[in-house]
Amino acid sequence: MTLPRLQLSGISKAFPGVLANDDVGFAVAPGAIHALLGENGAGKSTLVKMIYGILQPDAGEIQIDGHPVAVPNPRAARALGIGMVFQHFSLFEPMTVLENIALGLDERVPRRRLETRVREVLAAYGLSLDPHRVVSTLSVGERQRIEIVRALLLEPRLLIMDEPTSVLTPQEVEQLFDTLRQLASRGCAILYISHKLHEIRALCQSATILRGGKVVATCDPRTETPASMAALMIGEDLAAVDRRTMDHGAGSDRVRLAVAGLSVAADGPFGTALRGLSFDVPAGEIFGIAGVAGNGQSELLLALSGEVSATVADQIRLDGQAVGLHGITDRRALGLAAVPEERNGHAAIPVLSLAENTLLTARAQGLSANGWLSPGRAARFAGRVIERFGVKATGPQAEAGALSGGNLQKFVMGREILQNPGVLIVNQPTWGVDAGAATAIHRALYDLAAAGSAIVVISQDLDELLTITDAMAVINAGRLSRRLVTAKATVDEIGLLMGGIHGHAPAARSGEAVDAA
Amino acid sequence: MRLELIRRAEPSRGMRWAAPLIAVALTLVTGAAVFSALGYDGPAAVREIFLTPLLSPLIWQDLGIKAAPLILIATGLSVGFRAGVWNIGAEGQYVLGGLGATAVALATWGSEGPWMLPLMILAGIAGGMAWAAVPAALRVRLGVNEILTSLMLSYVAIQLLNYLMRGPWQDPAGFSFPETRLFTADQLLPILPGTDYVHAGVAVAFGLAVVLWVVMARTVFGLSIRVVGEAPRAARHAGFDAKRTVWAAMLLSGGFAGLAGALEAAGPFGQMVPQFPTGYGFTAIIVAFLGRLHPIGIVLAGLILAVSYVGGEIAQSSLGLPAAAAGIFQAMMLFTLLGVDVLVRYRVRLTRSEAA
Repeated sequence: MTLPRLQLSGISKAFPGVLANDDVGFAVAPGAIHALLGENGAGKSTLVKMIYGILQPDAGEIQIDGHPVAVPNPRAARALGIGMVFQHFSLFEPMTVLENIALGLDERVPRRRLETRVREVLAAYGLSLDPHRVVSTLSVGERQRIEIVRALLLEPRLLIMDEPTSVLTPQEVEQLFDTLRQLASRGCAILYISHKLHEIRALCQSATILRGGKVVATCDPRTETPASMAALMIGEDLAAVDRRTMDHGAGSDRVRLAVAGLSVAADGPFGTALRGLSFDVPAGEIFGIAGVAGNGQSELLLALSGEVSATVADQIRLDGQAVGLHGITDRRALGLAAVPEERNGHAAIPVLSLAENTLLTARAQGLSANGWLSPGRAARFAGRVIERFGVKATGPQAEAGALSGGNLQKFVMGREILQNPGVLIVNQPTWGVDAGAATAIHRALYDLAAAGSAIVVISQDLDELLTITDAMAVINAGRLSRRLVTAKATVDEIGLLMGGIHGHAPAARSGEAVDAA
Repeated sequence: MRLELIRRAEPSRGMRWAAPLIAVALTLVTGAAVFSALGYDGPAAVREIFLTPLLSPLIWQDLGIKAAPLILIATGLSVGFRAGVWNIGAEGQYVLGGLGATAVALATWGSEGPWMLPLMILAGIAGGMAWAAVPAALRVRLGVNEILTSLMLSYVAIQLLNYLMRGPWQDPAGFSFPETRLFTADQLLPILPGTDYVHAGVAVAFGLAVVLWVVMARTVFGLSIRVVGEAPRAARHAGFDAKRTVWAAMLLSGGFAGLAGALEAAGPFGQMVPQFPTGYGFTAIIVAFLGRLHPIGIVLAGLILAVSYVGGEIAQSSLGLPAAAAGIFQAMMLFTLLGVDVLVRYRVRLTRSEAA
C-alpha cells in the first residue's frame, strides 16, 4: 500500500468569530485527482491556504508522503513540491510570458535556460503557448496556462487548483482537463476546488465535501449525481430550477430594451471596444450574453447602465425612448437597473453598512428627498432586502464587507430587484456564489421576468446561461453574434462562437465565419 | 524578543479613536526626551506647553481664539480629504480670505453700517474659493496634481500679501510700516457676551463644525463625498460625478479657509499685516487627521493644537524655549499619529526571537 501524497488530520483554524476549519482530515493518493467541494464560506480557501503556507493551522497535522511537515510560507510549500494555481492570476500584462514566469520563481534562472525548461514543459504536456508573447495579447485560457507552467516548472508532487475553469470556454476546459489527467498519470496528486459539479464528476475520482468548516462527506463523484452532491454541500435537497422545463409565458412582443449598433471606444490599451452591438429584449424575456472574460462584457454593462455614455442617443432605447446619451441616474429614473460583476467597490462599498449601500442606487425609492438622506427609510429598505432574499447578515447596520460573497451578491441583486426595474442588466450574477444562493438569485430573476421586466444576464458560466435564459448571443472581441434560442442551442455551437478570433485554432476559423454572418 | 505586526481581520473601530490619544501621549513622552537631550528641562517644557494652558482659566479664552481658525480650516479640508482631494494649500486660501475681507474694509473705509462686516466675510469666502478654484480647474481639466498646485499657490498668496502691504494698501498715515489702516468699529467682529475678548468668529467655527457634521452624515452631498473618496467606481455607479465632487470639495475647503482668514482679519488682527499667515493652514492638516476627518474629532484636535500654540508662547517666556518648540511638538504629533495608525489595521505581538 502506498502512502498518501497528502494526509490531513485534525486541521482546525479559527478566525475571530468563526471556526473556519474544524477537525478536517482526508487523504489524497499520488496520481489522484481529488475534489474539494463546498459552499462559499465552507472553509475550502482557508484549508488550501494552510496547505500552501499562506495561513497556519491552529491545530492538526499536514503530512506529505507520510512525513509530518510544517509549511510556514508558500516558499516552503514550493520546496516541498506543492504548487498552486489561483483563481485570480497574478500576471503583469505589459510583460512577456517568459518574464512573468521568471518573476514568479524563487531562484534566479538564466533567461536562456529558463526558456529551454519552459519549452520542455510545454512540449511534455502538449500545451501551446509562445514564451515571447506579451500577456495582454493572450486569452484567459492562455494566461491560465502561464500559471500552470509556473507550477509545473517546480515538478510538483501536489498541485492545488482553485476554481480553474470559471473563465474558460468549454474547449479550453477540455484542454485543461487533458493536462491535469496527464499530470496525474505521472504521479502528481491534484487537489481540485470547484463549484461545477458536473466537471468534478468528469475529472475527479474522489471528493471531500466541506460544510461549515467540517468534513460532511467523502464520496466518489462518478457514482453521485450533481443534485446529490449539491444536497451534501448545502445540507438540504436542492430544488434546482431549469427555465427550459418551466412553464412561463414566452417573451411578449413589447420590446423593452432595444440596442442598435451600440459602439463605444476602448478605455485604455487593455480595454475592449464595443463594435456595433444590436439586440432586442422583450418584456418577460431573460436574454443571455455568453463569452470568455475580457471580450467586452464589462464595457457592455457600463454602456447599458449609463456609467459610460453611448455615442448616439438611438443606440439604446428603453421602452421606446432613446437613452443613449442619458446618464446613469436618468436611466435609473426610467426604470433601468444594473448590477456590475465586481461587488466590492463597484456594486457595493465594503466599509459602508448595508443601509448606506442601499443609498447608492435606491435613493429614488423615497430614501432621499431634496438632497437629504433618510437613514431610517434606508435601514427599512435594507431590512426588506435582507428578509426577502434571505441575506445572512446581522441587520441593516452590518458592514457590507462583513458579508460573504454570496450573501453580498444576494443583497446587491435584491436591492435592484426590489426597485421593480423595467429592464435589469446583470453581469456575472452568481460569480463566486454558492449553489444555494445561486438558486435563490435565479428564482428572483424568473419572478422579475414573469412580472414583465426584460432581463439581460451577462455571464461567463455557460451552464448558468443554458439553464436560465430564453435566448442568448455570444460576445467576442467586442462584437455580438447572432441571436440563438437557448432551447435549441448546443454547447459546441456556443463554444465555437466564444472561441472567436483569439482562442485556439479550430475556434478561430468558425469565429471568422460568424463575423461574416 | 521581537515585535510582530499581525493583520487584523477588520480595522479596529476602537483603535481608530484611540490612535490619536496614543499619538498625543507618545508625543509628550518623546518631546520631553528630545528637549531634555537638547539641554532644556524636558518634562517642564511638556508641562508648560500642554498643561499650563489648561490649568489657568485666564488663558481659556485664548484657546478658543487659537482653535477657531484651525477648526474652520480643518473642517473644510476634511471634506476634501474624505473625497480624495488633497488640498494642502489652505494657508494660501486663508491669506486670500484675509485679503478679500481687507479689500472690502479698505474700499468702504470711512462709511458706517452693519452691512460692512457680512460683506467682508463674503469677500473673504470668495477669495478663498477663487484661490482653490485654480488647482480644482487644473486637476479636472488637465489632470494636474492638486497637492503641488495648491501648495505652490500658498507662496504666491504670501508674495501677493507682501506686495499689497508695501504698495497699494499701505496705511498712508502709517510711517511707512508695511501694514494697512486699522479697521473701523463696524468692520470688526463683535465680542461674545460674557467674555473679555473672544470674537464672534469662535462661535461661527464651532457652529459650522456641527453643521458640517450633519451635512456629511445626512445629505446626498455628504454621501457623494464619502463614496467618491472610498470607492470611485461605486461612486460612478451611484451616479455621483467625480469631477463635480472635486470642484465641490476644493471650493468648500477653500471657502472655509477663506472664511477663517476673513474672521482673523476682522477679529484678532483688526487690520492686515505681513505677519498675517501664521501657519494655520498647514497646522489645520494635522488637526484634520488628528480629528479623524470627523467634525467633532476636529473640534477636539483643534483645541489640542491650540493648547500647543498658547503653551508654546508661555514656554518661550518662562523656560526660554525657542519659538519653534510648539511647531516641533505639532509636527511630532502628526508623525506619531501616522505611525500609530498602523495599529488600526494591525495588532502587535511580542514573540521570542527564534534562531532564524
